[in-house]
Amino acid sequence: MGSLSERITIQMSNVLSHLSDEKIIEIEHHSKVARRKKRWHDFLEMVSNHTLLIFLSTIFIMPLYLVIVISLMNKGQAETRSIWPSPFMWHNYVEVFTAVPFLKWTLNTLFVSLMGTIGTVVSSVPPAYVLSRLQWKGRNTTFVIILGTMMLPGQVTMIPVYIIFSKLHWIPSFLPLIVPSFFSSAFSIFLLRQFFTSIPDEISDAARIDGCSEFKLMMRIVVPLAKPAIAAIALFAFLGSWNDFFGPLLYIVENENLWTLGIGLNAFQGLHHVQTNMMMTASALFMAPVIVIFFFSQKVFIEGVTLTGVKG
Amino acid sequence: MQLTKAVASFSPRKRGEGALAPARKKLKVPYLFIFLCMSPWIFGIIIFTAYPMVASFYQSFTKFNLIDSPEWVGLENFHRMFFEDSDFWLALRNTVWISAISIPLRIAFAMFTAWVLTKPKRGSSIYRTIFFLPSMVPTVAASMVFTYIFNPAYGPINRGLEAIGIKDPPFWFMDPKWSKWGLILLGLWGIGDTMIIYLAGLLDVPKSLYEAASLEGATQWQSFRYVTLPMMTPVIFFSFVTGVIGSFQYFTQAYVASGQVNDYSHAMYFYATHIYFTAFRAYEMGYASALAWVLLVITLVCTLIILKTQKRWVHYPNGSLFK
Repeated sequence: MGSLSERITIQMSNVLSHLSDEKIIEIEHHSKVARRKKRWHDFLEMVSNHTLLIFLSTIFIMPLYLVIVISLMNKGQAETRSIWPSPFMWHNYVEVFTAVPFLKWTLNTLFVSLMGTIGTVVSSVPPAYVLSRLQWKGRNTTFVIILGTMMLPGQVTMIPVYIIFSKLHWIPSFLPLIVPSFFSSAFSIFLLRQFFTSIPDEISDAARIDGCSEFKLMMRIVVPLAKPAIAAIALFAFLGSWNDFFGPLLYIVENENLWTLGIGLNAFQGLHHVQTNMMMTASALFMAPVIVIFFFSQKVFIEGVTLTGVKG
Repeated sequence: MQLTKAVASFSPRKRGEGALAPARKKLKVPYLFIFLCMSPWIFGIIIFTAYPMVASFYQSFTKFNLIDSPEWVGLENFHRMFFEDSDFWLALRNTVWISAISIPLRIAFAMFTAWVLTKPKRGSSIYRTIFFLPSMVPTVAASMVFTYIFNPAYGPINRGLEAIGIKDPPFWFMDPKWSKWGLILLGLWGIGDTMIIYLAGLLDVPKSLYEAASLEGATQWQSFRYVTLPMMTPVIFFSFVTGVIGSFQYFTQAYVASGQVNDYSHAMYFYATHIYFTAFRAYEMGYASALAWVLLVITLVCTLIILKTQKRWVHYPNGSLFK
């Protein structure tokens, strides 16, 4: 917009040089009024934009706000539709650890998520590397198949996979939740490949001419350059299994010692001595790590989501 | 599959097909290295995709309860599905209903929130963070929180609605007529990740197009309708396809919400829920496999229909996606 208005001003001044002084003063007066009008108009627009944004923000924040305030209420108050705790029951956050095995659930979830993340990263980087940095017969076909599996509804493969795990006597255990992640994730390969293709080939070619092996090239040159993308897939893998409900529902629900936060939280109401306000306390604690992670890695995150979209 | 081709060509510009290509041809292709690198994926796809697909296709023609070996019954499962199983039709109706409403609504809302974010000159990153945040909340927690705060007796939402003058606000998850709307609102609350893709798309629209439009005296609505919207059709198309695929797998939110309230009328009983209950509660693995295959066929047909129509409404600035 800036350059355009400048150009217009220059053209205007060319026109103005042919006009009489009085005419110029008159026009300048008009333009001053116009400018003032424009500034007023810009100001109004800013106010209306921010009003709308603040209104939408309030709606988005409201449920999070309510979780926190209800989690600080006592049982009686939590059932009165009030929106401010009195008295503040900070003790809820201690009690939740004794009322239910919350710490155990957290550690279980953390273990599954971390193992899943390691598995995904270790098993997705090499396929993404050869799919993007090397030319070979069948490469594009392979990539199309990978994308195809991303579109495949999980329900179609779910039952035979469940049968495999039950024949291995892995149900209930963490193994069905962790082991598959060591066999590559199509989504992670896709995201990494998008990033790897954007690294200039000249770097690899130079290293190859110097006699660098492909493995070394991958580990020493491409992987360090692709740190942001690897961080993004690690983050997605971690959050994916932290938030997963269906997998644990199939594979660990039978053994209470293995419960994850999602399963535990869903079973909350049926558990002894548990009140509704505590449910919100537990929910708040379940959300907290994810939100903290988000604030520390917002950039990685948003770039990652964008990379999977239709850009480029 | 055409769909996969479409996604494949979303990749950024292909490098190395210019001047350097002949030089690289001289280097031997390290097939052993390639095989080793691909092996996790190769074994993964055999164990977790190819074999299970064949097995579940076979099982869909059998009666199978996990303990005895599968017994061949021909097309009986499909006959039962279409003519005897009223839960199948209920689940299908519920799924189609919620998809028909929530997919367009989600697209519109993602577009709207992203568009609002492009407006202010300063401070939009704070709003972006706030809009994005709910999509990070674990599904189980989000679903529990929603059923609680929308509870007519002790949830604060209805109090707020009464305060702004809405008499007799709906009972949301407690009312079969409204529970799906509760789920739709829950989905809209977590719009963040979709919104980010729309935001990237909006920021990609060349400024010069807007300048040209405003020079020709286009109103805000006209420049949205004739500049923004056509430029956004690839993003809309993408989220339409993924939305259709996703909606037939809609499970966790409905499962958690119907566990919290007593969903006696099965208003929150969806297709994926039906498969889950058939397979892992009733242990009718054969029938559940048949249900899963019908789901796959429905998804494929829907996707193909959308792909067929795309020529008419999807605008690709750099020519067609199909080379």
